[in-house]
Amino acid sequence: MSENKSGSNLERVLRAGHFAFTGECGPPKGANVGHLKEKIAFLKGNVDAVNITDNQTAVVRMSSWAASAIAVQEGVEPNFQMVCRDRNRLAMMSDILGAYSLGARNMLCLSGDHQRFGNHPEAKNVYDIDSLQLIALAKKMRDEEQFMNGEAIDVAPRLFIGAACNPFADPFEFRVYRLAKKISAGADFIQTQCIYNMEKFRLFMKMAVDMGLTEKCFILAGVTPLKSVGMAQYMARQVPGMDVPPGLIDRLKGASKGKAAEEGIKIAIEQIEEFKEMKGVSGVHLMAIEWEHRVAEIAERAQMLPRPPI
Amino acid sequence: MIIGDRKSLTEILDMIKDCRSILITGCKGCVTVCNVGGLKEVQVLASSLKIARKKEGKSIAIEENLLERQCDPEYIAELADVVHRYDAVLSMACGVGPQFLAEAYPTQKFFPAINTKFFGGATGHGVWEERCAGCGSCVIHNYDGLCPVSRCSKSLMNGPCGGSANGLCEISKDVVCIWDRIVKKKMEQGRLADLLTVMPAKDWSTSRDGGPRKSIREELTQ
Ligand code: SF4
Ligand code: SF4
Repeated sequence: MSENKSGSNLERVLRAGHFAFTGECGPPKGANVGHLKEKIAFLKGNVDAVNITDNQTAVVRMSSWAASAIAVQEGVEPNFQMVCRDRNRLAMMSDILGAYSLGARNMLCLSGDHQRFGNHPEAKNVYDIDSLQLIALAKKMRDEEQFMNGEAIDVAPRLFIGAACNPFADPFEFRVYRLAKKISAGADFIQTQCIYNMEKFRLFMKMAVDMGLTEKCFILAGVTPLKSVGMAQYMARQVPGMDVPPGLIDRLKGASKGKAAEEGIKIAIEQIEEFKEMKGVSGVHLMAIEWEHRVAEIAERAQMLPRPPI
Repeated sequence: MIIGDRKSLTEILDMIKDCRSILITGCKGCVTVCNVGGLKEVQVLASSLKIARKKEGKSIAIEENLLERQCDPEYIAELADVVHRYDAVLSMACGVGPQFLAEAYPTQKFFPAINTKFFGGATGHGVWEERCAGCGSCVIHNYDGLCPVSRCSKSLMNGPCGGSANGLCEISKDVVCIWDRIVKKKMEQGRLADLLTVMPAKDWSTSRDGGPRKSIREELTQ
């Protein structure tokens, strides 16, 4: 895992052996560039790259490539997300070229939530290709300098290719194999789903390490601080593939009045401390949803600062 | 077979609101088997429409009819004598029926009484489930006979996605995650290795995405 494949800062940080720290930012539900810039500013200097989500939860927002380009202008490295729900292979390839041309150097390949969850459940879904095939496509475009059909690309997009992994979805026994498949398809790094069940995650990581997967790919552990008991309960009950143990909810309930959010941050910091020591984990992906303004504080308290210079 | 559901009475009444007489024609094919457009259903719809129209004070004359198959011009021709006696014809076949009728009798009006839904079969009394999306290039042997094209909500060739939980699909607690089944079956049969290589992108040109399709059997066209 030594030679650099892209001009990505995240790749440089990881290859240099630093413990990486990435953030996340959802583009606005509109063309509110000012608000987007404000959110990006909260992350600047506190993370190595910022995931720019792509119509997350199937709700229409500013396109991820455009928001990624704005992040580049603001001096923050984007991790351009792309889901398979909204584009066919033609649109995917052209958006990869477009995002790269506007300065994106990282890309995260995702299936995407089904549109039934979102604000246009009447939409047609595309799923021309799936997330593994998207990883393979991004790799082919970079390494073979070819489109999916084998035609040559005139200046290939050299992206650091990421994929997601949810160790808490079912069937659990297959999850590590699906991770292996993503790596063999071409994933350079992995960002996991939000982790709450640490015991299950430890087991998952042990399997990944034993299979040699962490030698071939960087794994960033997903952390989302719980803001309230309500949020924890919602995640536990309503979000498919999310595993929030009852003990964690009890801990938030036990916090004194008005202190649940602080307890949530404490939990996240404890997790980050453990991930720093966990074999096979190369960094943390902090998804502080609509909490961008608290990222600096979390990074500081988790001793993730200063970030290696870009 | 082709599975459909009957449209609501309100929708059908609205379609035929200007008609004083209609012909309702069912089909002995798939829609009879899935209890949506056979003889009994034609009779039930006819009497429901009569009652509803009577309540509105606008009675309607209805003839009931059943064709061998509405996807075959040979049987469609049987209606030649009666089809123009009515203000309109209501077809209880799948979407093919009213189209074949409209092609054969271009001056008459035809309405679909059925919402045609999918290719599937009965999985219990009164329950039908989708099994095939007619992709035109079958790959189910790769998945131990379980079709991810029609049965995975995202048609994933390399599932299961991160939303699979407790054997159910992320879209609803009423939908099975077919990928959970595929993985478990492969594991039970000791064939997990089949799932470890990345399945390449599917060629959708044989499916509806390639445009309207045709099947020509040369030996039969002579
Ligand atoms: S793979 Fe295609 S042809 Fe085969 S069952 Fe599925 S949809 Fe039908
Ligand atoms: S949960 Fe299962 S069936 Fe539903 S989209 Fe994901 S893989 Fe497909």
